Amino acid sequence: MKKIYLDYSATTPVDQRVMKSMQPYFSKIFANASSLHSAGKLAQEALADSRQKIANLLGVSPEEIIFTASGSEANNLAFKGIFSAIDLPKKHIIISSIEHSAVLNPARFLEGQGEQVNYLDVSQEGIIDLEKLKNSLKPQTVLVSIMHANNEMGAVQPLAEIGEIIKQEKEKRKKEKNNYPLYFHTDAVQTLGHLPFLAQKWGVDLFSGSAHKLYGPKGVGLLYLKKGIKIIPLLHGGSHENEKRASTENIPGIVGFARALELAYSEMDSEIKRLKELRDYLIENVLKKIENSCLNGPKTQRLPNNANLSFAGVEGEALLMYLDRQQIYCSTGSACSSASLAPSHVLTALNLPPKISHSSLRFSLGRWTNKKEIDYFLEKLILAVKKLREISALKINY
Amino acid sequence: MSNHFQDNDKIMDHFFNPRNLGTMKNPDAFGQVGNPRCGDIMHIYLKIDNDVIKDIKFQTYGCAVAIASTSILTEMVKGKTLSETQKISSQRIREALGEMPAYKQHCTVLAEQALKKAIKDYQKDKNV
Repeated sequence: MKKIYLDYSATTPVDQRVMKSMQPYFSKIFANASSLHSAGKLAQEALADSRQKIANLLGVSPEEIIFTASGSEANNLAFKGIFSAIDLPKKHIIISSIEHSAVLNPARFLEGQGEQVNYLDVSQEGIIDLEKLKNSLKPQTVLVSIMHANNEMGAVQPLAEIGEIIKQEKEKRKKEKNNYPLYFHTDAVQTLGHLPFLAQKWGVDLFSGSAHKLYGPKGVGLLYLKKGIKIIPLLHGGSHENEKRASTENIPGIVGFARALELAYSEMDSEIKRLKELRDYLIENVLKKIENSCLNGPKTQRLPNNANLSFAGVEGEALLMYLDRQQIYCSTGSACSSASLAPSHVLTALNLPPKISHSSLRFSLGRWTNKKEIDYFLEKLILAVKKLREISALKINY
Repeated sequence: MSNHFQDNDKIMDHFFNPRNLGTMKNPDAFGQVGNPRCGDIMHIYLKIDNDVIKDIKFQTYGCAVAIASTSILTEMVKGKTLSETQKISSQRIREALGEMPAYKQHCTVLAEQALKKAIKDYQKDKNV
């Protein structure tokens, strides 16, 4: 049996079609897009075409896209860039308690600099409470950042409703002549190219994306920054990216990002349906065939490719290693996999009993996952759980 | 530093083929450390005759290194006298298992504690 990769939410392989689109831009069309000569012009055109393609797919303007080297950089640019640009006291941020560390830690950094941060908790299904969000807004709130979908347990947040709350707050501030700006940012790294994303309609002011999560190359991300929003760059230097991010542009990477997004959009509807069916097949079979297993996170409002499951009595990392031996690759938020010895902040936020959070594994499906793979995986999973329960000192009535 | 330890054959061997696994009826001593909250639980059962560990069994809920630590510990102490086993520290378990990520070292400490608890349990009963 070949290797079974069930960790697509960590990263994806580059699609051959994406590779092909990138190929000319390494050695053939290699010039610096800032160079005035004709070779530079070719690179500049590839950059502009890619930006236009991505903007069209996402329903935004090309000038509103800043290419970065990663999703993490995009998040950092959003947070630090906005805060550096606003010279007002007592600025306030709201984020959810289940954000990726690439949002959580920029927020904590700003908190360390004296800004105030609210961490919104979530329901047991991992969804934020809109009332709590409303109540957390202060006249000095300048940034609300809620991820589109959670990377660990797949909860998809109600961005349209959040956008509506932000819109009302903006109108209120206009009336009250409150000059604190308010921005709505979302980390869309898990959803861009995977789920419909309607930035304009939802009133999103900034969002972050990354190519390697959608069968594009690593080392390319983007930040959407709505026209008129001021930020201070993280990287000062040349006038690249509309003076918002200095660095010679990664043309092959950006071309690959555009091609990857194009492919993702052309296949999105059928892929969502296919992945949901496979995911539900996986979940149903696990729950039916393995006693004392459970699904973590939302039942329906969930990424089509995400299954986060717990197997009572079995420690998550041990199970991961067992599956690894069978060349089945997944991920865990269990304590034993971290230096802190605490389960991941996401599982903690779900208020799961320790025996559940310590035994959780994330299986994330993707473009090349098929039913045959899932069947083989299920067979090996059942055996691994049985074996580890024999070894386990934590006895549950199986 | 890498978090991977798949290349450590010793850890992998004891994880996939744990020695002296199981429970024991009427043990002379029993030691337990950990709880579900911390994600590790180790049980050690001893059969002791004339201050010699005649038999040992274990069960571990925990990661691969926790399981391997307890497993190799059972091999290290089987047939030894109680005073000999006093010398077995987490350091000795680490030496026996070989290189592991720093954040896994606490697993070896837990294994040592489980054994020490079992022996304490035995000595307490003896004194009474």
